[in-house]
Amino acid sequence: MYSQGLIGADGSTTETQEFLDAFQKRIDAEEKIEPTDAMPEGYRRTLVRQIGQHAHSEIVGMLPEGNWITRAPSLRRKAALLAKVQDEGGHGLYLYSAAETLGVSREQMTEELHSGKAKYSSIFNYPTLTWADIGIIGWLVDGAAIMNQIPLCRCSFGPYARAMIRVCKEESFHQRQGYEIVMTLAQGTPEQKAMAQDALNRWWWPSIMMFGPHDADSQHSDQSMAWKIKRFSNDELRQKFIDATVPQAEYLGLTIPDPDLKWNEEKQGYDHGRIDWDEFWRVVKGHGPMARDRIKDRKAAWDNGAWVREAALAHAEKRRTRKMAAE
Amino acid sequence: MAIFEAILELADDHLVLGHRISEWCGHAPMLEEDLAMPNMALDLIGTSRTLYDHAGKLEGKGQSEDDLAYLRGEREYRNCLLVERPNEDFAHTMLRSLYFAAFMRPYWLKTLEMTNDETVRGVAGKAEKEMAYHIRHAGEWVIRLGDGTEESAARMRDAVAALHIYTDELFESSPAAAEAERAGVLPVRADLRAAWDEVIGQVFAEAFLEAPEVPYPQTGGRKGLHGEGLGHLLAEMQSVYRAHPGATW
Repeated sequence: MYSQGLIGADGSTTETQEFLDAFQKRIDAEEKIEPTDAMPEGYRRTLVRQIGQHAHSEIVGMLPEGNWITRAPSLRRKAALLAKVQDEGGHGLYLYSAAETLGVSREQMTEELHSGKAKYSSIFNYPTLTWADIGIIGWLVDGAAIMNQIPLCRCSFGPYARAMIRVCKEESFHQRQGYEIVMTLAQGTPEQKAMAQDALNRWWWPSIMMFGPHDADSQHSDQSMAWKIKRFSNDELRQKFIDATVPQAEYLGLTIPDPDLKWNEEKQGYDHGRIDWDEFWRVVKGHGPMARDRIKDRKAAWDNGAWVREAALAHAEKRRTRKMAAE
Repeated sequence: MAIFEAILELADDHLVLGHRISEWCGHAPMLEEDLAMPNMALDLIGTSRTLYDHAGKLEGKGQSEDDLAYLRGEREYRNCLLVERPNEDFAHTMLRSLYFAAFMRPYWLKTLEMTNDETVRGVAGKAEKEMAYHIRHAGEWVIRLGDGTEESAARMRDAVAALHIYTDELFESSPAAAEAERAGVLPVRADLRAAWDEVIGQVFAEAFLEAPEVPYPQTGGRKGLHGEGLGHLLAEMQSVYRAHPGATW
């Protein structure tokens, strides 16, 4: 998800060369940058954007999976899905808190999400149509997120790196849980197996698009690499993901919907077919199938909850006044 | 058979309320509540699972927790009416949880003292702590909203007017429950009134709310006489399971 966090990121700075060199020296020495440290404005801006987009992705990501909580086909699956969606919300909360250390408020970030100014991972703009989607999302989407996020545990910005350690542990659990759902379906009735294959067909390409544009078309990666916000290129991570996932699909007896997918002995990895970048950019720019519904749902939750938040503040104020009067 | 039915009533209460609360997930008024709601739903659904499993074993016909949850229709569900009431708004949702938890906490505490059923005792030991937390969470919200803004106070009063009429049913024992009480498995529901009144009284005093007189309490859930909403809840919950008979998930 984080690669998409960098789309449109503006890393430009106006600091003196001496300041930038000293900062770079700290980065090169693998020192963690902490919120109170001096940092180039471009570094701060890039991180606010990336962490904010990551947080929004977790929050919006609660919706497609939440869509199946009330219909989960066993009580065990229902409980696991509830716990999983709750974890995603928890990730959102740590990430908003990490972004807040850089001087931006959660309210501000929420407004930017609702106005469309801030983006979130394009994957969540696809609909979850069957129960199999819940398994496939865990397996592929969380699997892709892990590939992206493990290197972030070593990100140069301390609060983000530390948040990622816990997030990755939970994501890795989600991925195994998703894979287990798909395995149960693949070993189930013909209808269940067909459901799993259909979900794989719909989610495969959006999942490999999660790593972002090809390196040759990725404009902002160099500066982020130098600042050690990003440690691997989009194509490197995508390759790792595909190489790890293809044998898993084979084990399940499911077919990855890419006729051009084949093992390349020379590079010791899989070659894949052409990614439909038109679709990718269309979805990133807000024209995905569920884009309008996702934002509408988030705004509705926020707007319908306004009276609750106002009441909580009013009550806290009343308590404070009473306490002062009593003293 | 009566004990099976009495355990099923309890399991249905927990599953249906857990389902209602889970409907909030991703749509709560603030992120902290988006985390709290699934937590409470998980507590309730977790309790229902152990109870269904136990009920199935008591019945001895090989019904699993999922058979009991997913293959009975609205006339066979035995939950009380309070738990199936729709979420409406955050005020209704928090009050419904408070009413339920303020009953279940003393219920489980009493169970720990008296039950001769080891599985039920195990459930009570865990659920009592969870219900204490639900009382605290929901109770604090009822106070905040009751003593918040004009709008929140009005919504809280509306919730009391809408839901209080369903609370008497909590204290009624069905014939099956009465038999389980006589058999020393479950505590006598009517005996828990004072403990419930005390919690509700304390919260309402701080929330500036009044418990209304209820001349005509709404009951019937234990006989399978539900509101119209429960059929929709079950249709949604059971749709995938019923569409694939015999499948493993």
